[in-house]
Amino acid sequence: MPTDNATPILQLKDVKISYGQIQAVKGIDLELYSGELVCLIGANGAGKTTTLNAISGTLPIASGELLYQGQRINTLPAHLRLRQGLALVPEGRGIFTRLTVEENLRMGAYTRKDKEGIEADLERVYSMLPRVKERLAQVAGTLSGGEQQMVAIGRALLSRPKLLLLDEPSMGLAPLVVEKIFEVVQTVVKEGVTILLVEQNANLALEFAQRGYVMDGGKVTITGSGEDLLKDPKVRSAYLGEVDEAA
Amino acid sequence: MQPWLHAYAALGVDAKSLILPRRGSSIPARLYLLAPSDALVLYNLLTQVTPTLNTMETLLQQIVNGLVVGSVYALVALGYTMVYGILGLINFAHGDVLMVGALVALQVAAYLQNTWPGLGTTAILLISLGAAVPVCMLMGYTIERAAYRRLRNAPRLAPLITAIGMSFLLQTLAMIIWGRAYHSFPPLFPTAPLQPIEGVFITPVQVTILVASAVLMVALVLLVNKTSLGRAMRATAENHRVASLMGVDTNKIISTTFIIGSGLAAVAGVMISSNYGVAHYSMGFMPGLKAFTAAVLGGIGNLGGAMVGGIVLGLVESIGAGYIEQLSFGLLNSSYQDIFAFVILGIVLIFRPTGLLGERVSDRA
Repeated sequence: MPTDNATPILQLKDVKISYGQIQAVKGIDLELYSGELVCLIGANGAGKTTTLNAISGTLPIASGELLYQGQRINTLPAHLRLRQGLALVPEGRGIFTRLTVEENLRMGAYTRKDKEGIEADLERVYSMLPRVKERLAQVAGTLSGGEQQMVAIGRALLSRPKLLLLDEPSMGLAPLVVEKIFEVVQTVVKEGVTILLVEQNANLALEFAQRGYVMDGGKVTITGSGEDLLKDPKVRSAYLGEVDEAA
Repeated sequence: MQPWLHAYAALGVDAKSLILPRRGSSIPARLYLLAPSDALVLYNLLTQVTPTLNTMETLLQQIVNGLVVGSVYALVALGYTMVYGILGLINFAHGDVLMVGALVALQVAAYLQNTWPGLGTTAILLISLGAAVPVCMLMGYTIERAAYRRLRNAPRLAPLITAIGMSFLLQTLAMIIWGRAYHSFPPLFPTAPLQPIEGVFITPVQVTILVASAVLMVALVLLVNKTSLGRAMRATAENHRVASLMGVDTNKIISTTFIIGSGLAAVAGVMISSNYGVAHYSMGFMPGLKAFTAAVLGGIGNLGGAMVGGIVLGLVESIGAGYIEQLSFGLLNSSYQDIFAFVILGIVLIFRPTGLLGERVSDRA
């Protein structure tokens, strides 16, 4: 946490989320401070994606408090959350497959009116993701998984987010591509964007993240700095694929 | 050369064109020929039995009529296809929006003619259109807002049945307001037909319909493909949730889609009424079904498909109507021309449910 007196950019207080009768998130507390890269790890079905969707506004919360920049956003529709700088790169990328790559990127800037700023940001995304630039006129559905993920991240950046939620950006991608994507993520953090990252690849995520939350069965079970979590025997055995030697 | 080939040659028919590959056969060598006697019968039917229908002029005339009817179908089909593309809903009330457009225009035109007898017909036409289009746009918006939006997450059958109910509601309301009578639509165009080719006639109304439809369709294509709003419409059509993550107010986009479609329907309603000179409360039903057929024929959800489907359907129907008596051995006359639309609908649904352009998904709206 950079400064103690700062208001968190994002705060979840005892947030519960249900799908019909089934409670997927059973009351979690989470805080993010401006400029941080925080990761949320845990097994399949732990409630990570559900939590991100609720923060982005595409899923309603059942109870609790959702605060963004100190404002309560419990029922704010998703499109208005984006206007306030809260962007989500959804699980499975959510590319518009029938739009061209350039149209996809421009969709990210949908709410913006500053033409010059948009063009400048497009150039910035192209320089960050040179492979995307070669395929601007291509229909996005024809891209490879890694290229689609890059378009999805680039598209989210074009909204000039303050807080970027990334849901499993490494899913289904080759190690080299994953490396490239994490390079981009680091660049984005350096530029001052706060990131909440959900990852299956906990090793990688914790290596880059300042702090981490471990979710299990709809609750946060462990929390700490990235380094501490990497060393935590319970985390190692459960999520990092290592046998807990101490046990 | 076989003797029957000479028979074809004498008729001016290239016999090779009659050689058709048999369906389901993978061997091209297995061909069969129309028996020459059949071809003769067919040829006689199409030419000598009714000499009035064998001329090139008649065919050209039917093509002109087909293009006119087809462009109206296309305008209406665009409304079906846009709503389907974005909501996956067949808005069966769309044809009735067309009817309201025609009746509102008729009402306004009649009022203007009574109040300001000196007003020119062009002015009357533009003012009545200027009234009908916003009324229909508001109606399209209201239909979506009041009925369909509540059913956004309901099982697909619920909005479909609601759409049919909405169609009945609009027809009944129109019947209450305008009665069951056929109202004659004031002649707002010069009636003397033009004759671009000897024997082929086209009325000023028809010329206007062709030009106006073309302009509207080009404008719509530009809107959908070149503007930020169009991009948002296409994005929403593909994925509401992700579109909302881009800051798109998807409800607003859906409303806009209904408003645009209803505006086009209003114009189509005025076109139909001007062309046939009548309007009445159930006039939207048949064009609505035909336009729906056109949308399916072109590939529902696809803008280009709706246009192509509309034109093709109009042509098939018009040309078919010209020859139906011969094709059915005098059993059916041209008032059975509606058969063609529904035969086409059946064939498309059975053999190519994706429609003519169904696989070209890149320009969906």
